[in-house]
Amino acid sequence: MTGPGAPAPYAPGTHPDLPPPVRTTGVVGWARQNLFSSPFNVVLTLLGVWFLASVIPPMAEWALVKSIWTAESRAECWGKMAVPEEAACWAFIKGRLSLFVYGFYPVEERWRVDLSFVLLVFAIVPVLYDRLPGRRHWFWYVAAFPFLAGWLLVGGFGLAPVETDQFGGFMLTLIIGVTGISFSLPIGIALALGRTSSMPVLRILCVLFIEFIRGVPLIALLFVASTMLNYFLPPGTSFDLLMRVLIMVTLFASAYIAEVVRGGLQGVPKGQAEAADSLGLSYWKAQRLIVLPQALKISIPGIVNTFIGLYKDTTLVLIIGMLDPLGIGRASLADAVWAGLAREVYLFIAVFFFVCCFGMSRYSLYLERKLDTGRESEK
Amino acid sequence: MKATIHNALALTLMLALASVARAGTLEDVQARGVLNCVVSTGVAGFAYPDDAGEWHGFDVDFCRATAAAVLGDPKAIKAVTSTGKTRFTLLNAGEGDVLWRNTTITFSRDVGVKLRFHGVNYYDGQGFMVPKALGVSSAKELDGASVCIQTGTTTELNLADYFHSNGMKYEAVTIETNDEARQNYLAGRCDVYTTDASGLAATRSTFTNPDDHVVLPEIISKEPLGPATRHGDDQWSDIVTWVLNATVTAEEKGVTSANVDEMRSSSKDPEVLRLLGAEGNQGAELGLEADWAYNIIKSVGNYGEIFERNIGVNTPIGLARGLNALWTDGGLQYSPPFR
Repeated sequence: MTGPGAPAPYAPGTHPDLPPPVRTTGVVGWARQNLFSSPFNVVLTLLGVWFLASVIPPMAEWALVKSIWTAESRAECWGKMAVPEEAACWAFIKGRLSLFVYGFYPVEERWRVDLSFVLLVFAIVPVLYDRLPGRRHWFWYVAAFPFLAGWLLVGGFGLAPVETDQFGGFMLTLIIGVTGISFSLPIGIALALGRTSSMPVLRILCVLFIEFIRGVPLIALLFVASTMLNYFLPPGTSFDLLMRVLIMVTLFASAYIAEVVRGGLQGVPKGQAEAADSLGLSYWKAQRLIVLPQALKISIPGIVNTFIGLYKDTTLVLIIGMLDPLGIGRASLADAVWAGLAREVYLFIAVFFFVCCFGMSRYSLYLERKLDTGRESEK
Repeated sequence: MKATIHNALALTLMLALASVARAGTLEDVQARGVLNCVVSTGVAGFAYPDDAGEWHGFDVDFCRATAAAVLGDPKAIKAVTSTGKTRFTLLNAGEGDVLWRNTTITFSRDVGVKLRFHGVNYYDGQGFMVPKALGVSSAKELDGASVCIQTGTTTELNLADYFHSNGMKYEAVTIETNDEARQNYLAGRCDVYTTDASGLAATRSTFTNPDDHVVLPEIISKEPLGPATRHGDDQWSDIVTWVLNATVTAEEKGVTSANVDEMRSSSKDPEVLRLLGAEGNQGAELGLEADWAYNIIKSVGNYGEIFERNIGVNTPIGLARGLNALWTDGGLQYSPPFR
């Protein structure tokens, strides 16, 4: 250490770079900057720590540390605990896992559901990941997938037929969700284009459709699908309930997607379309090459939002007697051997939906960053 | 011109009517080989799936009994799951052949919804459950209590009527499902839980300390639960009626799944012999095999066996027979004779 008057040991300009002060880097610096930067933030941080400390340990203890994983009944489960009902009884969920996943799908045919799921993964990857080699060719497979999966699940043409009222659980959620999501996007875009079109008849039809669907709750549409259609259709025609639900859910989501996409279309400056016109591009070419790519990019958060809403709305089919995971959970709770374990069931279902919806929202963030050609985030 | 239109209309109407008149339900079921029963999406003890997805319960067993009578196979059923809101539509739209689903028989359902009810397989009634610590021994002492009650059910109306007619006040804590009621009641958010007595017993059985809670003696409503079919197929209605009667008669005559073979060959009681098809031709008159009732008793059991297996005192639900005892034991279960 040298005193203030002492000559510098370094020649001017040769002093080595010193590390930044300890208090501004690393964990300490991060904490100071983000957690303790003002008295108000100090209070908030302490409150947050107190809240987490009082919630997480008991929850972890309930859900993991003290939980019971093997038992034949609720009574046995609670008997294994020091105090009955003090911890989760996951044995219930474990024993019913296949019911939660496959519903009432015949056991010997369940490989078809598994295979459909694997095929679904292969169909989703090329759609979501654009650097896949030979992505163009994969799209043929993606287009064929709904029919392939439909054949696998329903049967016929060499496979044992399985009636759709045997479907249930997570499989049913995935079928309704994936169908709704994949069909509502193209229909929604078409409706949005129709609504912004200059052709009056087309525009009015699209407006009527969108406003009608948006003005009616999904649950009402599901009731129409499940009960009213039977009266409208000639007696004896049986029109599969799942099919009716799929159509209603898809139409419902389409109307919302249409409005989201319309918002995107209006966000694209008029000059873009006019520039396309002046280049001599046809309407479809202008939309496909110039307007829609920009409009959809703006609409991504709204579209994913609609998808997440749709995915969670699939639980509404419970009301019309279809046993989605929530329905299976409720029916299982009616089993007197296990009744009383509602917390376990609902938590399990909540985790499933959280994983799915969180995954969708993360993907949408990734997509937004990737398509951020205007470098909005750097401004 | 006018005549032509009239003729065309008449023709259309005739065609429509012709397509409405379908084959009898019995022929449909036998051709299909499977009986479609409208059941609930889950009521403790009455209908629920097990780990393997097989349906069990009091109502489901009666559905199996019907399948045993009609098809000779208690496993040949398909559970058409329905909520309280969709059950009658499913039946009337033909998606179910018969409804065995904790359904209270009421005037408006019988007449207004155009159903045929075929007797009562369970006499239920609305009751109250309170913690013992509350020190209440009669529902008349509940003035000012907060009551957990399911919304949109007849129990809500019954409760209002009962408290009003006794000049008492209550605070309703409305809940949607039985599990929700359980949590709210145990957390002390309401002093009283009210629903059908069978539901109270089922809920109480899931408590850690069931003995800390009592079901009060007052039953404030009549909830006769029974099977239903559509209007317009009398033969099918007869079958469902006598399936239920056969289980009750079998219990009355002491015929069980264990001794049914012996009874058929060696009973001296002509009514038992007629019931089991050893004498007479009652099966043929119903359009069924002679051993239709034998199949029910052999594969599913008599009324008492079905009761004890699903909701009786030795099950977690733990219901006493009460009103559902045979008339000879002071209950209401009473079958017309097989004559």
